[in-house]
Amino acid sequence: MTFDNPIALTSTKNENPSSGSKVEKSYPLIDARGPRFGALITVIMLSLTLVLDSALPLLLQGIVFMIGATFGPQRTPYAFIFKRFVKPRLRGDVPTEDVRPPQFAQAVGLVFAIFALLGFASGSDPLFLIATSMALAAAFLNAAFNYCLGCEMYLLLTRAFKR
Amino acid sequence: MERLLPVVIVLALASAYGLWYRSSRGKVKSSARAKLIALDRKTLGSELGERATLVQFSSAFCTPCRMTRTLITDVITDMPDVRHIDIDAESHLDLVRRLDIRSTPTTLFLDSSGIERGRAIGAPKRNELIEAITALKA
Repeated sequence: MTFDNPIALTSTKNENPSSGSKVEKSYPLIDARGPRFGALITVIMLSLTLVLDSALPLLLQGIVFMIGATFGPQRTPYAFIFKRFVKPRLRGDVPTEDVRPPQFAQAVGLVFAIFALLGFASGSDPLFLIATSMALAAAFLNAAFNYCLGCEMYLLLTRAFKR
Repeated sequence: MERLLPVVIVLALASAYGLWYRSSRGKVKSSARAKLIALDRKTLGSELGERATLVQFSSAFCTPCRMTRTLITDVITDMPDVRHIDIDAESHLDLVRRLDIRSTPTTLFLDSSGIERGRAIGAPKRNELIEAITALKA
């Protein structure tokens, strides 16, 4: 498994020779439990934002979203905590996933966090509250229900904005 | 205490949605007869199966798409009269709009004449998948 091999990002491999499907690029696979653990910490950070009415946890979370959206969810501080402290305690098979779905979710989280921070900075309570709540709901759905944000949102967005 | 209220409301609403999400994803539902359109080799870009064809719409940002692909490939491996076509939704938006595909993976169950008899949104379960394929008789 290639966690840290940047070459794997651009290499093309036919991973599915059967059933007449298209040739697909191969992307690094990561432990699928990592992003879900990250979502749990995200829920805590965004809940603190709302309960304390403070922009500090939101700002920190926004930075984590930015790292996750840019470099991948396996490079965030939360992923580091997962690898260092949580993963060694987990047993059983390691479920893997392509990095792209959780990376997409991090990018969506970043957009919500930016709007929430803009709301805070401009003193617009509704914007701050709604944008933070959306990010919190998405993170909670991911942590509690293994929600696939990319599955539900990406095609709808593409349908809406692309001819 | 009142500062907890927004968090409680958000988590309650998200839980309700999450329960619906979990119960609806992966179920194979039979398609309404009124909407039946026959799909053919030209629109799908691939031959139809003699008895049945499973048309899967996938996207890049979709973890269950991989699972669905692997599962279908495995299930139909000794069914020569059933074919699996995996379509990248993003690059076939016309078809996606025509068939009203909203999320990935969505799998259509076509009969021998290319008519949609069933549809599963999300990764189907193995036994329900086999059941739906068996229901499509020649």
